[in-house]
Amino acid sequence: MVESLIENWGFPEWMAYLIAATIPCVLLLHVVAVGALFFIWLERKVSGRIQDRLGPTRVGGKYGWLQSLADGVKLISKEDLVPAGADSWLFRLAPYISVSCCLAAYLTIPFAYGWVAQNLDVAVFFVLAILGLEVFGVILAGYASGSKWSLLGGMREAAQVVSYEVPLGLCVVLPVMLAGSMNLTTIAQVQSGWFTSWLIFYNPFLFVTFWIFFTCALASVNRAPFDLAEAESELVAGFHTEYSGLRWSLFFLAEYGSMFSVSALAVLLFLGGWNGPIPITSWIGWTFEYGWFWGTLGNFVGLANFIFKCSLGIVLMMWVRWTLPRLRIDQVMTICLKYCLPLVCLMLLGNLMWPWIAGPPSASFVQKRYEAYQHLHPEPTTETEADEETTAESNSVAISLPQQVNEKQKVVLTTSSTTDSSLPLQTN
Amino acid sequence: MTMQADDPRLIEFDVRTDEMLVNMGPQHPSTHGVLRLVLRTDGEIVSETTPHIGYLHRCAEKIGENLTARQFIPYTDRMDYLAGMNMNLGWSLAVEKLLQMEIPEKGRHLRVMIVELNRIASHLLGMGAYGLDLGTFSPFLYAFREREKILDLFEAVCGARLTYSYLTIGGATHDLPPGWLQQCEAFLDQFEPNIEEYHTLLTTNQIFVKRTAGIGLLPAEMAISYGCTGPVLRGSGVDCDLRRDGEPIYTRMYEGYDFEIICERDGHYPDDYDYPPVPKEAQLGDCWHRFYVRMLEVVQSVSLIRQAMDKYSQTAGDYGIPVRFNHKLPAGEAYLETESSRGWMGFHIVSDGTAVPLRARARSGCFSNLSVIGEIGHGCLIADIPAIVGSLDLLMGEIDR
Repeated sequence: MVESLIENWGFPEWMAYLIAATIPCVLLLHVVAVGALFFIWLERKVSGRIQDRLGPTRVGGKYGWLQSLADGVKLISKEDLVPAGADSWLFRLAPYISVSCCLAAYLTIPFAYGWVAQNLDVAVFFVLAILGLEVFGVILAGYASGSKWSLLGGMREAAQVVSYEVPLGLCVVLPVMLAGSMNLTTIAQVQSGWFTSWLIFYNPFLFVTFWIFFTCALASVNRAPFDLAEAESELVAGFHTEYSGLRWSLFFLAEYGSMFSVSALAVLLFLGGWNGPIPITSWIGWTFEYGWFWGTLGNFVGLANFIFKCSLGIVLMMWVRWTLPRLRIDQVMTICLKYCLPLVCLMLLGNLMWPWIAGPPSASFVQKRYEAYQHLHPEPTTETEADEETTAESNSVAISLPQQVNEKQKVVLTTSSTTDSSLPLQTN
Repeated sequence: MTMQADDPRLIEFDVRTDEMLVNMGPQHPSTHGVLRLVLRTDGEIVSETTPHIGYLHRCAEKIGENLTARQFIPYTDRMDYLAGMNMNLGWSLAVEKLLQMEIPEKGRHLRVMIVELNRIASHLLGMGAYGLDLGTFSPFLYAFREREKILDLFEAVCGARLTYSYLTIGGATHDLPPGWLQQCEAFLDQFEPNIEEYHTLLTTNQIFVKRTAGIGLLPAEMAISYGCTGPVLRGSGVDCDLRRDGEPIYTRMYEGYDFEIICERDGHYPDDYDYPPVPKEAQLGDCWHRFYVRMLEVVQSVSLIRQAMDKYSQTAGDYGIPVRFNHKLPAGEAYLETESSRGWMGFHIVSDGTAVPLRARARSGCFSNLSVIGEIGHGCLIADIPAIVGSLDLLMGEIDR
């Protein structure tokens, strides 16, 4: 994209890079913001139904669908308070750390085949690292508020993060091990086909691991029963006791954004990513093999699949939240370190030994893995044809397209990736 | 520069932690109104809990010295505003004891019905709020769903939903409206199977058990020595309920009723109720048992109401004796304790022979129940404090009066 902007449109280099970076950023911002608005509304509806009431019904006509927007407007119009005892600079900074980390995690999450802002080879690692950074916002908020309740909330968060990060990191190892890559696109591609090829159904160990992952993911996004940092019946409101207005809503945005990103991670690692339960798109030919138009159509179906599965994960989180009481901090640490961690180690061992139990992986799985690897690391090509193709289509760029696929098919929405050094685009 | 680890002062400087005094309340979401607890904490561990009260003091006793006995009834509503009928009954019975008045049998059955219905409403709210204290919101609204129906029944009876002033000296202000018994019956039929839901959501929930079992352990001796009463006392395994053990003027109300005091005897609860088994982790006198006793009392109250409805409809005669608002009291004094939903509610009335009492004193069960918190609220985590306070089911309106 950068090259085409420079060559076809005559943009200076810096501006081309800026534009290429802005487009996915703006798109992702909208995904996060609109997603958060939707999920806040959904949370209120779901909790309402669980609790035998209706939830919002007035704002926006039917179903109160504008409720979270109305809440947002209210929050923006509220006074932005900084308590006298607070460390004003850190206090103001904390919500932005949470939000920007939450947004950054989206950079490497593919929404459909090729629809990813940064096709990183270490995407799994990147997402986990960024989600780990997010708690700094919480800890900082707790520390900087100058309130004892906030401080306790921050302390709890710090204690919680060291307990869930370890099993969470180990859970991720299993699918990575099977796919042989930390690239989320590759991992999702490995799971194409029927739902039985999703990694959660690959072997019983992965099935168990998924639920451990889900538990730890709940803890990582501070959702009940792990919402200790903001436990309203114990710590008033925990780390965000002193926050009001927009800053408070940024924490909320970060929470719902992270809910989506951990759901997305679970979907990509275990639940087949954008692959539907039945490979309809490949039956009716909506793949890139038949041209980019059909491929893009198929990608839209994949996007719908992906978002639907992520939403299911989020609804599950809501269901858990509105059903279970909160755990105590020592119980959280017990669960994460004493039960989840040995269990996931056991699963890891079991997964390693699975080929001995059930024989080597099926030929189709090996083939898919090989193809996915090929997509990621295509043979270095010297064809200049590819460049001409790219330059002909100004705003559609091929990044990690498979070599087997016709070169004419391009993926919209992808930007240049610095990691894929062997791409045809960067050969000139 | 290298640190000398064997220098004790250095170690002291390096790992020294400060204790922190945390003020929990009066504006705290889980102190049930305006209770203020000062916690001395070391990190998450609470080493001392000091309760402070008085934020809801409304001079009810002083007001009682300026009103006639009948006029004081609405003020008793506002003491324990979640069990207003029980408060009305306590004061009415104390005055009746002074007057040596005996109300007709039908009025007694009516009182049992109303008071037990109010006990259910009160325990439901206590149960729901306890869930809230432990971080689950849904049981609270489930409890409110049922409580609303009880309040509807009360509204049909006396027009009020919270401060009833219905039971009064000499019986009640008026008889039940026509068709009320059928409504009540319908409610009980609908409510009884729903109790199972609360057991699923809370009583047998693994996280709930983990949060409450073995927490806030209150041995029977300590409960007795602090004057704890009601479900708090019975949760410690003390077989004591004024409905059976009280003064004759009170226990006569429950004469002929088939009920057993809810408390653990020889390791198990009364067998009459279909209840989930006690988890292994639970120890007698902990938060779980206090909660459990309340849950079983709800079932017991349902059975008491059913019996009372039968007896009420079979009994002929009047529901009460009309007593004027300025009815003269005989000189003398009377003290009577009744089993309110949160503990023993005692009223002491001293009269010099006029209609206005010389002294109207209220003894609150919650006050004694609260006093035990300094004893059981230390050495636990901060998260346990709401669990302990919630299990005592305190109501500041009754403590401060």
